[in-house]
Amino acid sequence: MKFGVVVFPGSNCDQDCVYVLRDVLQQSVTTLWHQESALHGCDAIVLPGGFSYGDYLRTGAIAKFAPIMRAITSFAHDGGLVIGICNGFQILLESGLLPGAMLRNTGLRFICRFVTLRVERADTPFTNQFQKGQVVRMPIAHNEGRYTIDPKQLRLIQDHVAFRYCDANGELTDVSNPNGSTDWIAGITNRAGNVLGLMPHPERASEDVLGSADGRLVFESMIHTMSLA
Amino acid sequence: MKAKVCITLKPGLLDAQGKTIKSALESLGFTHVKDVRMGKYLEIELNSARPSSSKGRARSRAVSAKKEVERMCQKLLANPVVETYRVEVIR
Repeated sequence: MKFGVVVFPGSNCDQDCVYVLRDVLQQSVTTLWHQESALHGCDAIVLPGGFSYGDYLRTGAIAKFAPIMRAITSFAHDGGLVIGICNGFQILLESGLLPGAMLRNTGLRFICRFVTLRVERADTPFTNQFQKGQVVRMPIAHNEGRYTIDPKQLRLIQDHVAFRYCDANGELTDVSNPNGSTDWIAGITNRAGNVLGLMPHPERASEDVLGSADGRLVFESMIHTMSLA
Repeated sequence: MKAKVCITLKPGLLDAQGKTIKSALESLGFTHVKDVRMGKYLEIELNSARPSSSKGRARSRAVSAKKEVERMCQKLLANPVVETYRVEVIR
């Protein structure tokens, strides 16, 4: 079982993802440069955070034309596991692999802090090690994290919401939503459930010494799913 | 030929930057600002074909240039989920 962490020019969270998967979770990991057109036998793909292509035009807009994305799109359509973290989520949205779009935070500030999230579904390849309704902590670090989707599509994706921004008690309040995301949505999957996008950084919450190890459960869920296949 | 492209957020979406600009204008004493929306402006200069002797042909080239730039908007320049665009071609 091998993880592939994609590296675009401007990605900056790739090494954190590699470290957590390889050194904390003892998984086989390789990096995939954006120019590559094959996935080299990877069983799961990670699109890490950062500022791919400098966020030129729109965040994630240029990445969708990278050669690696064609291979990842096929892989996703064939049911392969793909997780997009922060900029990775933005890229999945721009590529059409997930519905909706990302806009600038309502407060116009780059927010870099821990948030509490409520696990909305514990039956996806990315959340099966959590309990439904569990409140977890992971950090966010973004200026364009306002998830947006039209009301009609919002109704259709309700079952695919994986994480919502909540307070310490699991309630959805004005204050618990850091960036104005529609319906407090912090992470969603596609209809088939094999693609996840989330704005918080699980790779920054995979060791207790960093303040939370809740994020590790996302990767452990993926490992569990892959081990059953 | 040059295409002027304006890309803005779809109406109904909160434009946080626009709102902030509005507040800033108000604090500068501009009291008649009802709303501000901010967008992107691009100028795309297209390779010109041979100059046309016929007005009709030049006009139809402008129309096809406009269509081509609109396709650019649909594929890359605008995010159709949240943005709308306007293309003007000038010669």
